Amino acid sequence: MWVYEKKLQYPVKIKSCNPRLAKYIITQYGGPDGELAASLRYLSQRYSMPVESAKATLNDIGTEELAHLEIVGTIVYQLTKGVPPKILEKEGLGGYFADHDRGIYPVNGDGVPFTAAYIGVKGDPIADLTEDLAAEQKARATYEGLINMTDDPDVIDPLRFLREREVVHFQRFGEALRIVQEKLNERPFYVKKPDYAEVSPAENVSPAANVSPYANVSPTAEKKK
Amino acid sequence: MYDAREKMLKELMALEFMEIELNLYLNTHPYDQQAFMIFQNTAQQAKMLRDNYERMYGPITASASNSFPWPWIESPWPWEA
Repeated sequence: MWVYEKKLQYPVKIKSCNPRLAKYIITQYGGPDGELAASLRYLSQRYSMPVESAKATLNDIGTEELAHLEIVGTIVYQLTKGVPPKILEKEGLGGYFADHDRGIYPVNGDGVPFTAAYIGVKGDPIADLTEDLAAEQKARATYEGLINMTDDPDVIDPLRFLREREVVHFQRFGEALRIVQEKLNERPFYVKKPDYAEVSPAENVSPAANVSPYANVSPTAEKKK
Repeated sequence: MYDAREKMLKELMALEFMEIELNLYLNTHPYDQQAFMIFQNTAQQAKMLRDNYERMYGPITASASNSFPWPWIESPWPWEA
């Protein structure tokens, strides 16, 4: 479960409003490579991971992405705070303002709403972790694009922090993928002979042995390490 | 406007960030003793600073609320400058 701490992971204190910039930055809130997609992806993938390191990595990075979601929301909120509706409209946020006023709503830079189609949860650890590597690179690239669109140091500072986190996450997912691959390549350590075709579930065999292709990563096999 | 509360909160943010960073590292390097020792050290410092901050400025988590009327709802919330 989650505990909320009443502080941002990194400070955001923006002195000048910039609604046009906010319109683009919101893509890291509700866009395809944004923090909502990232956190939902990792927190959803963790259930079916067969290896402890990977479960922990997905769990904790997914949690950190929620903190990043908060930072992006804060940036957008501060960039538009107090800006009169006519200026918001002039700067391209007319459609958004009509539907959401000053609320923070998960859309991309063009106002397209968030969709689960942005994430993949294949239930296959190699596919999932490989997707995560790509996701971190896409997020990193998006932050670079956003940074390149502004000169405001108050905005660049938190964006740069978020970009650096993506690089670190990429590293961690790479390690998790390697660990999972090593585990799956290990010599199998069977508790019972896995005659999938012949053993019926009614017999005295654990359900995992005749269902999961990862029978060689049963808790017993893991403790062997 | 750079007050003492903000300064202490920033220090706490830095320490707790370090904690998370080590947490993620240890998830894929669970046998790294040196990293673990740094983690323990950092976590301990963070906890002390956190208790200090909460005593002076109020709860960081709702469950740390320790005064009346209910302090958790008080501003500033993190997205407010």
